[in-house]
Amino acid sequence: MKSKIALAFQKCKREKRPALITYTVAGDNNIQNSIKIMNAISRYADILELGFPHNTPIADGGQIQSSTHRALKNGIKLNNVFQIVKKFKKNNPNKPVILMGYYNLIYQIGEKKFLINCKKSGVDGCIVVDYPFPENKNFAEKCRKKSINFIQLISPTTSKDRMRKIIRISHDMVYYISMLSTTGGKLKVSAKKILQNYNKIRRINPKKNVVIGFGITDKTIVALKSAQGLVCGSFLCKTISNSLKMGHNPAEKLSKVVYNLKNKIL
Amino acid sequence: MSLKIRKGVPLIDQHDKNFMYGGKFGGNFIPETLKKPIDDLTKLFSKLRVDKKFLRERDYYFKNYVGAPTPFIKLENLTEHLGGAQIYAKVVSEANGGAHKIYNATVHCLIAKKAGKKFIIGDTGAGYAGKMLSMAAKKFGLKCKIFMGAKDIKRQRPNVEAIKKNGATIVPVTSGSQTLVDAVSECMRYWVANNDTTNLCVGSTVGPNIFVKICAWSTAQISRELIKQVKDEFGKIPKKMKLLNCVGGGSSAMGFWNEFMDTDAELIGIEAGGPKKSKLHAAPLTNDSKIGILHGAAQYVIQDKEGQIGTTESISAGLDYPGISPLHCFLKDAKRAKYTTASDEDALKAYQIVSRLENISPSLEPSHAFAEAIKIAPNLKSSDIIIVNSCGDSLKDKDIIKKKLGTYTR
Repeated sequence: MKSKIALAFQKCKREKRPALITYTVAGDNNIQNSIKIMNAISRYADILELGFPHNTPIADGGQIQSSTHRALKNGIKLNNVFQIVKKFKKNNPNKPVILMGYYNLIYQIGEKKFLINCKKSGVDGCIVVDYPFPENKNFAEKCRKKSINFIQLISPTTSKDRMRKIIRISHDMVYYISMLSTTGGKLKVSAKKILQNYNKIRRINPKKNVVIGFGITDKTIVALKSAQGLVCGSFLCKTISNSLKMGHNPAEKLSKVVYNLKNKIL
Repeated sequence: MSLKIRKGVPLIDQHDKNFMYGGKFGGNFIPETLKKPIDDLTKLFSKLRVDKKFLRERDYYFKNYVGAPTPFIKLENLTEHLGGAQIYAKVVSEANGGAHKIYNATVHCLIAKKAGKKFIIGDTGAGYAGKMLSMAAKKFGLKCKIFMGAKDIKRQRPNVEAIKKNGATIVPVTSGSQTLVDAVSECMRYWVANNDTTNLCVGSTVGPNIFVKICAWSTAQISRELIKQVKDEFGKIPKKMKLLNCVGGGSSAMGFWNEFMDTDAELIGIEAGGPKKSKLHAAPLTNDSKIGILHGAAQYVIQDKEGQIGTTESISAGLDYPGISPLHCFLKDAKRAKYTTASDEDALKAYQIVSRLENISPSLEPSHAFAEAIKIAPNLKSSDIIIVNSCGDSLKDKDIIKKKLGTYTR
């Protein structure tokens, strides 16, 4: 049976457009709003990434750090993250949700229990920022056995040989980091160059769904729309920060922003 | 289950294929983007550490730039005052710049030159790692950026001034607790974004495996000198000898102990116990913290049940860190070293006693180790030898000491 993530890519392919993947932090700025935000943006997003907050992130830029900080300040726990997914999935059973975060939280609860909770709440995949190949091989296999996608990352520093190995063991989705940067950095490489690298990965196995993330905003998304999927994260976290500052409803604001992003890549 | 340390193999090399010590400490828990730069650095270092020309270069700079060997002295007055064990100090604070951080900084700059990099970055807590890196960077013609917690910038002013004077940029880190833990995170984030042009010097024996290795390999100079000095003094390595060292990240203790690993020397690490009434101790080994992942490595780390890293509190910025080197975790579990704590108050008192009685004036970090010496020495015999690594000078702490004690004397 095909995974919901694979089905989402299939649908986008039929519609000849890239998948729009959003990233927000679970519990930003509280549990209720987080669910409202997910419900609102899921009308336009094809796959939802949900960050589970960690207070010592080594690859997140300022925007995501702010979101994480807000969520943790409001006392968000890993259990709440699973509750958020469960509630969201009740109304949106077919919309894929990917959890993204740092390994220590998984390590503390235990890989097995983490995956049981993923399964129970309806999580479709996970990305672990600080758990690279080949160290992640066992965990990735455990995910596969539970029909949960483990999403491998590839970066501009990844060698061709390593790319091949990563692609070979990857599941339905591979994440290409557009440039040397933490999340939310300004796009410092041309779209052309990013797509050149991206296509190198695609050629290794054209059947794999490869998405591009880091530095994607309403300004940069158009130039990259030939990719199979585009992840927008910091730009959304920034929108939440701004709307909270202005006293606006973050869910409404985000819904508009994601609608706008979607329109740009149709 | 107790872990085993193999004899005759450098401690830094006793890891498995996943770079884990004892199967559970260390490793490389890093973003994909850092895989290649860390791989490159690992390969380069493994070549350089057996390259005779490079070793000659290292030794040349250790001798002529750092100033090797640093003195090994008997603390006659302190010994008499306490009336028990014979107390000695290895005065590493006599090294150029005033602390052991110069060894790691020098080696990283030499490596950066070999790698053809023009920029070097580093984290700092007490400001020593930053000061030394900025010094060495200047010496070797590298541009340098130092990441430092905003709280530490305020409390370690003399070192901040020194960093600036050396022409390095200080990047104040205002996230989280605004101390060393956040400085290391921010520095790593910067490296994620700039590793094509920039080398990273992690300031202690923490972080991804290669940084643990390079740092411990560099500070090992301390015990290479000491083992010779001990043999000169006693004719052999004394049977009952204790090597006392403060432990934050653990770089000075690793260097102080390295050559004594296969001897009978007793190794005692002293963690920061924090203020007496506080519970926010930076003492993951003494307090039996759980293993967790911090800054790319598995280690005993102060954290909550979920895995959020805990805050710490210590008078000593250099020890104010929730994690600890994977090497020390390994030594603890293998029962090769013992760990205990000294409180802020005990450290301050030790600073006062040593500064009053002796010609040295230890900074608040080694004052933690002196506090333990002062505690145990009276109950030992004169045939017992205690050696304390005096790895920093109190001058950098003069503001804190003045505030706490009213006056500062050196």
